[in-house]
Amino acid sequence: MSKRPPNLFASILGLWSRDAAVLRREGLPFFLRVVANPLLTVFVFTYVLPRSGQQIPVAAGVTSFATVLVPGLVAVAMMFTAISAVALPLSIELGATREIEDRVLAPNPLATVPFAKICFGAFQGILSGALVFPILLILPATEVTVRVASWPMLVTMLLLASWTGAALGLFLGTAIRPQQIGLMFAIVLTPMVFLGCVYYPWASLSAIPWLQKVVLMNPLVYMAEGLRIALTPDVPHMSPLATILMLLLLAMTLSALGVRGFIRRVVD
Amino acid sequence: MTNAVSLTALEKVYQGSATPALDRVSLNVPVGTIYGLLGPNGAGKTTTIGICTTRVRATGGEAVVAGYSVREHPTAVRRIIGVAAQALTLDRSCTVRENIYFHCRYFGIGRHAARERTDELLERFRIADRASAMPMALSGGLAQRVQLARAIAHRPDVLFLDEPTAGLDPQSRLALWDLVRSLKADGITVVLTTHYMEEADQLCDRLAIIDHGRLLAEGTPAQLKSEAGGAAAIDLALSGERAEARNALRAIEGVQEIQDTERGLRILVTPERSGVPRVVAAVAPFGLTDLRVVDPSLETVFIALTGRDLRE
Ligand SMILES: Nc1ncnc2c1ncn2[C@@H]1O[C@H](COP(=O)(O)OP(=O)(O)O)[C@@H](O)[C@H]1O
Ligand SMILES: [Mg+2]
Repeated sequence: MSKRPPNLFASILGLWSRDAAVLRREGLPFFLRVVANPLLTVFVFTYVLPRSGQQIPVAAGVTSFATVLVPGLVAVAMMFTAISAVALPLSIELGATREIEDRVLAPNPLATVPFAKICFGAFQGILSGALVFPILLILPATEVTVRVASWPMLVTMLLLASWTGAALGLFLGTAIRPQQIGLMFAIVLTPMVFLGCVYYPWASLSAIPWLQKVVLMNPLVYMAEGLRIALTPDVPHMSPLATILMLLLLAMTLSALGVRGFIRRVVD
Repeated sequence: MTNAVSLTALEKVYQGSATPALDRVSLNVPVGTIYGLLGPNGAGKTTTIGICTTRVRATGGEAVVAGYSVREHPTAVRRIIGVAAQALTLDRSCTVRENIYFHCRYFGIGRHAARERTDELLERFRIADRASAMPMALSGGLAQRVQLARAIAHRPDVLFLDEPTAGLDPQSRLALWDLVRSLKADGITVVLTTHYMEEADQLCDRLAIIDHGRLLAEGTPAQLKSEAGGAAAIDLALSGERAEARNALRAIEGVQEIQDTERGLRILVTPERSGVPRVVAAVAPFGLTDLRVVDPSLETVFIALTGRDLRE
């Protein structure tokens, strides 16, 4: 019997269509997951706290705390979404139900499925960044000063940040059991957010030197700082090269670890 | 190429395990047959299927599927095989229709052709009315049919079915047998595992009996049955002294083998049932409390080979 020649790209398109169909079905929960955190953060920090007489001091030359929040919260949304988009389903699909098997048994190299997962997770990350951005510009009760200072930097950051998030999701999804997902949020993701230079620029940590060094392990720091360079250049920030190189390094390392973890899980 | 699957001294020792799950198994599956791997739980059936389908790496020996070594050309093997796993591995986030449709897409089939193929299979497997159901809502028999439809959606040459009828009611089981036979009629070679004797006997053209990772016997069901010499197995539950019962049994003509069981003794006798009265008379003084006769069948073949009942 003659066999169709292998068509890797068609197969990857198939994997993406499947993920897109599932995402469409879960459109509303996806939207709510993405916007809930920035809505609440903006509400508390730019409305409740100022109204109740608790102003958050900001660095010289920065118009408002709401301005500091924009790049940080876009970074959080992208990273959280990309991680969850890959890690949560993968952890289940690799678990007792072995749902992943049908995709793994397609006639492609074993890295194909994790590769497609990273791409689609990154796409969801960018999508959530785009959803959150207008919320952060329009809703804060205080003035927000945002301009795209560098388009190349913005595009680079969107790609690198979402890739890094998805790769971290792949790594976590292959490493943890479905029962440990709650634990993953508590001991990995929540600390990443609070120590991720989301609510404060990295430079302001110079007051606590040991912490300033420790947080350099956190990919979110580079995402937030990189987006600061692109969107709010008046807020103190790291050098562009440092954010790009570190994210590139993290994304590649996490992708490699994630693919290796995936293959370990699907082949006995 | 006359063999769809050819295993040579296949060996698998799982990481962290001392005993091999497969111990130098060699067998050939002729093209166009329904081939059964028969054995109790833990025999190594799923491991064998896993190696043939590139999901498990053999630690020794060689497996060749449709002419391709699974070690050297796993991707080529995956293109030619279809797999329905022992556990239900349907994609629970997708409908029945999507499970089949996306499977086609994973195999590189274009959208239009994938849609047509999906419709065709939904009809043929009589699951069209449940096309938009989610897998969790399906009964076991229906889910198994969907899994089978999905496994052949890309038109494989060799189909691997791991315990396709485990846990199904008798009616669903018969329906599945018919489907498997119709796949054979389409020219697909089917390798299936089972621990049901009747299934092995009635559905399979050839069988391999495995236990503890070893191949014990191989051949057509008729060959295997005749090799066991047409013996019947008699299970005896005894409350008295077994050693003396053994001696008494040994003296009876036709008793081929005596094995210890938990409740007493099991003997193999020829010819068939005619030996039963003499056996009963012989062991009656040793506290015979129960008796079961297993007529000559694959089951007695299995008992003769392993000293165990498949159900144990
Ligand atoms: N992933 C695994 N890791 C370790 N041991 C395994 C694994 N899968 C199966 N085994 C062991 O290998 C042996 C054969 O199992 P299996 O091939 O599943 O048998 P069967 O399908 O005939 O019930 C059993 O002893 C089982 O415990
Ligand atoms: Mg099994």
